[in-house]
Amino acid sequence: MNGTLSSLSPGFADPSHNAQQLFREVLDAFSHPGRIVTLADAPHGPGTISPATAAYLLTLADRDTPLWLAPAFDTPTVRDYLRFHAGVPIIEDRAAATFAVLPHDDADPFEGFALGTDTYPDRSATLVIEVPALGAGPVRTGRGPGIKGEAQFAIAGLDDWFWRQCATNHALFPCGVDLVFTSGSQLLALPRSISVEVSPCTSR
Amino acid sequence: MPDTNMTEGAYNYAYLDEQTKRMIRRAILKAVAVPGYQVPFGGREMPLPYGWGTGGIQVTAAIIGRDDTLKVIDQGADDTTNAVSIRRFFAHVADVATTTRTEEATIIQTRHRVPETPLEDGQILVFQVPIPEPLRMLEPRETETRTLHALSEYGVMQVSLYESIARHGRISKSYNYPVQVNGRYIMSPSPIPKFDNPKLDRSPALQLYGAGREKRIYAVPPYTPVKSLDFDDHPFEVERWTECCAFCGSTESFLDEMIIDDAGKRLFVCSDTDYCEGRR
Repeated sequence: MNGTLSSLSPGFADPSHNAQQLFREVLDAFSHPGRIVTLADAPHGPGTISPATAAYLLTLADRDTPLWLAPAFDTPTVRDYLRFHAGVPIIEDRAAATFAVLPHDDADPFEGFALGTDTYPDRSATLVIEVPALGAGPVRTGRGPGIKGEAQFAIAGLDDWFWRQCATNHALFPCGVDLVFTSGSQLLALPRSISVEVSPCTSR
Repeated sequence: MPDTNMTEGAYNYAYLDEQTKRMIRRAILKAVAVPGYQVPFGGREMPLPYGWGTGGIQVTAAIIGRDDTLKVIDQGADDTTNAVSIRRFFAHVADVATTTRTEEATIIQTRHRVPETPLEDGQILVFQVPIPEPLRMLEPRETETRTLHALSEYGVMQVSLYESIARHGRISKSYNYPVQVNGRYIMSPSPIPKFDNPKLDRSPALQLYGAGREKRIYAVPPYTPVKSLDFDDHPFEVERWTECCAFCGSTESFLDEMIIDDAGKRLFVCSDTDYCEGRR
């Protein structure tokens, strides 16, 4: 550990109940893909990663769930924070990660993560992608389990290429990674079961 | 650790330790992401025997919080042993409000029924599941059923339904009637009567299924198509009664038959006690 204990940002004020409430908000997001949920009890976190990302990891990650951090988030402060509060092992190998935190402009966000297998599709990674804003940017249409008819949602900072990769991920169903988008203390989930309409190729 | 975290200093909030709850929560999210697929989880010993709802209780314990209102039913009734003891268990270890009113509940744990009152967006229905694998009676080997699910190879189930028609003239399965979720996984809806199967289809509520002995969790997200298996010339149909409920007169609900004297006199009453009381 590089810093002292006093330099660590606080985790949950009330671990059991904060985790429960945050989990229910995350569950709400997963069971209503495209819905933006605000995590009221999200801890401020160590900086660099958003409060929503910190809340998601403190709620669901522990010593059983290796975490991969994109270079942009792999700072000593973030490592110390997650190791201390979640006890989560931080690893270099994407393929072994249960959770990953990536920036919205990662060069190849889907590459190398566990997709699950045909017999065990649950053994796949969940990618937490930090985006500039939720509810802003181009409007997309999603369909699938959890959505009544279709859902319109907007996520800023993702280009068409990302959404084409997302469509490829959906095509792998029941395998594939699950996506969680975070910004500030807001979160939006797109499980692999959701198909997102891809707009025809246009110049950027 | 704050005092509110412990119940009488003996157990962690909602009985399970935080590590276990995180593990179950991760399994629930994977189950929601792959509707109908049975996610293995590290089932724990619970303070009641297998067959009494240990799977459902673990799911409920992982999601429940102080703001929730819990309803527990057993065969539709709020006042039977299993329902009463599970409700008291959570009132004790999770400090939650309980109710018998379907519309007031945020979480409904159920054994073998879906409430008659339509569920709403935001409610969670937790099923207690004895045998999560719908193909188990047709193929005892786990390695084989897992492969059949992976390949979406469900001919064996259609054959078993066909054999039922060949033998009895109709599909004779009246409970635990197999369904296909979102056109992909075949799923056991738990031993609910097939009368309740249509209520699973595109329900606004989230459905979570927990099997304690077999250590499996699966889910149906809101508004997800759930199709009861059938044939074009033998379409799926539910039970109908010529009688009505002796208490509330309902002709719409699932009726239990009761023998009331030694002469074999019988009576039909609603299985869902809350629905029946609300109509009287």
